[in-house]
Amino acid sequence: MRHVLSVLVENKPGVLSRVTGLISRRGFNIESLTVGPTEDATMSRVTAIVSADELAYEQITKQLHKLISVHKISDLTNDAAIERELVLFKVCAAPDRRGEIIEIANVFRAKIVDVGGSSLTIEATGDENKLRGMEDLFRAYGIKEIIRTGKIAMSRNSKEA
Amino acid sequence: MSTNLSKPAAGASGGAADLSEDTACVEGTNTEGATNIEGTADREGVARVEGAADREGATMTGAQAVIASLEAEGVELVFGYPGGQAIRMYDALYDSVRITHVLARHEQGAVHEADGYARATGKVGVVMVTSGPGATNTVTGIATAYMDSVPLVVITGQVPRAVIGTDAFQESDIVGITMPVVKHSYLLQSTEELTRTFHEAFHIAKTGRPGPVLIDVPSDLAAEDMVFHYPTAINLPSYRPTYKGNAKQVRQAAERIRRAQRPVLYVGGGAIISNAADELRELAELVQIPVVSTLMGKGAFPASHELSLGPIGMHGSKYGNMALTESDLVIACGVRFSDRVTGRLSGFAPRAQLIHIDIDPAEIGKVRDPEIPIVGDLKGILAAIVTDLRKQGFEPSTGPWVCQVSEWRERWPLYHPGLGDDPAQIVPEVVMRRLSEKLDPYSSIVVTEVGQHQMWAAQNIMREVPRSFLSSGGLGTMGFGFPAAIGAAFGCPDKTVVCVAGDGSLQMNSQEMATAAINRVPVKVLVMDNRCLGMVCQWQKLFYQGRYAHTLLSDIPDFVKLAQAYEWDAEGVSSPDQLDAALDRMLAAPGPYLLNVRIARDQNVYPMVAPGAAIDNSFGEIDVEEGAVRVARCEQEAIGGAR
Repeated sequence: MRHVLSVLVENKPGVLSRVTGLISRRGFNIESLTVGPTEDATMSRVTAIVSADELAYEQITKQLHKLISVHKISDLTNDAAIERELVLFKVCAAPDRRGEIIEIANVFRAKIVDVGGSSLTIEATGDENKLRGMEDLFRAYGIKEIIRTGKIAMSRNSKEA
Repeated sequence: MSTNLSKPAAGASGGAADLSEDTACVEGTNTEGATNIEGTADREGVARVEGAADREGATMTGAQAVIASLEAEGVELVFGYPGGQAIRMYDALYDSVRITHVLARHEQGAVHEADGYARATGKVGVVMVTSGPGATNTVTGIATAYMDSVPLVVITGQVPRAVIGTDAFQESDIVGITMPVVKHSYLLQSTEELTRTFHEAFHIAKTGRPGPVLIDVPSDLAAEDMVFHYPTAINLPSYRPTYKGNAKQVRQAAERIRRAQRPVLYVGGGAIISNAADELRELAELVQIPVVSTLMGKGAFPASHELSLGPIGMHGSKYGNMALTESDLVIACGVRFSDRVTGRLSGFAPRAQLIHIDIDPAEIGKVRDPEIPIVGDLKGILAAIVTDLRKQGFEPSTGPWVCQVSEWRERWPLYHPGLGDDPAQIVPEVVMRRLSEKLDPYSSIVVTEVGQHQMWAAQNIMREVPRSFLSSGGLGTMGFGFPAAIGAAFGCPDKTVVCVAGDGSLQMNSQEMATAAINRVPVKVLVMDNRCLGMVCQWQKLFYQGRYAHTLLSDIPDFVKLAQAYEWDAEGVSSPDQLDAALDRMLAAPGPYLLNVRIARDQNVYPMVAPGAAIDNSFGEIDVEEGAVRVARCEQEAIGGAR
């Protein structure tokens, strides 16, 4: 089962390594990982997506809690969370097909950030479904490169995530 | 021959010899000998360190602040080994009149010594080593302490901050290397955070579930001037161990215990760390609950007690394992359901409900889901359960159950005199039992290495009080026992410390004989010499068709001569009639003493549960009802090759 883990950690050198090391040490692949500062300068938030069964997931979170540098762990797997990711697509675009691609980008409210002789670079944000939908459509034109930031997530309700 | 016991260290001849040896290592100088002499602070121009209180607000170097911090934490002993990047810290340590430094002969030895000291005393063990190889040599010791929840603070020298990451001479990323085996670690980045780091490190090491904490100190930081302020408070919002058990769960546990017909207390190292022996005994006696113990829990409950069922698991007693198998309620106290205890999980206490008490929430449900989990400090939780039972009134109903386990204990004893004893050979169980009889359980500590001798010791040496049996339980570190015994002897100078070793294990840290000799540590080493790696041989015999792949050692070295080379007293025995007197001589010897006991190569540890089998499915146990013979192994039950 896929889990979105949101981990509030001390903003200090080596902390990311402790968190990811602990997860990978138990044999789990991290599908997506982001880290960045929070509203509190002494804290960072790590958002990691891992696949694990319930028992293993419980062990991971309990072990993460034991790390001195970890303050709080939230599971944002359920629907009550907003998930976002930023993707850059470099799509093959001969001059005569640019219009079609730009149209698709507009439908998804994505931005054209660079235009080359034979390619377009498009910046898009959204959840997994939207980004996958764009990717499928761009594939018909040929995708030269995709770069993803990794997912971030936040709970929808007023409860602090 | 070292017979002068009373005076620690400062052997003049020893000191000189050391200096020439140690200069071979880095540009480091050696201060051994002198560090242990009182009055070293009288040297000109050196401030006398009287303790942190007088140093408050004083300007000093980072290195001096490291030592002042240790003094502020009440540290009396540091085990270590100097080197280039640790010189400044050692130079500051040279001035301390409060801290005695014990120079090991290998950094791994230093960590095990600090570990043994910590296990024997309950205090935090402190290690100081240099960067690079000095630091990496501590890894096995740190991992050993981590697995067995032993509080250590390990201070490593590091290359100067400016060259970290450049593959500088004797640089190693020790914080990275040890990350999976420390409770926490620090790479000091500035002198401002130095004292807070040390205060936190000691707090983290000894509170909650204890464990090793590493502090990496760059040498340029140690040279920087700073103003010393030692914090009194701890500000760790993310680290708040739960001590008090949830009241509702405690009530539920008491209620469940009240209804139990066949309860068993399953006790581990947590009971010793929590200092819960009295509460444990009170609960066991009040409800009449038989007590089984893991290797780490040995000593938490008196072996002579009628409710004691001794060790369990792969080489546990048949009666202990049977009690778990037939139990309807297992009360797990500070245990982690090690695979060496549980055997095949589905066969472990299959008819029992489980109450699991542990201070580490990650242990609860890790291996088996309990019906009643309680997170917190065992001592207080057991006391609360007892209070609840007393308050609500209680009629013990476990009489028939206690009778049943007593019958099992009579039927399957761990040892039966004369059974299979070759009159020409020394029987390992007999050695352990004779040693056990000669030791006062209240004023002795038995430390083991790892292997067959460890199991024989666990089965046959009676321990009555906590912290009197030290062994590497989780990591199973050969080479742990001997240095740990030295550390225990430093921590408990009024106790007799005996290390039960194997000829394989002892060779892994035999260099520490120098540490014992020079410091006149009166540690006794009893070598169960079978000239092979007995435990592995046993598996090869049972599961690998007797193919003894690289497990047969030899008569080399002559351990008696080896010990004598370190100026120890030593002797060897090989026939049963020599044993008693030799044990007496060993225990009466005033200094370090090695007794080499030659035993047969083909001895196995019994009973044994084959890997992958249920724990009631053992073989090799003595069955008195069958005329006191060892029960043969049923071939198809053994799962060869499984770990």
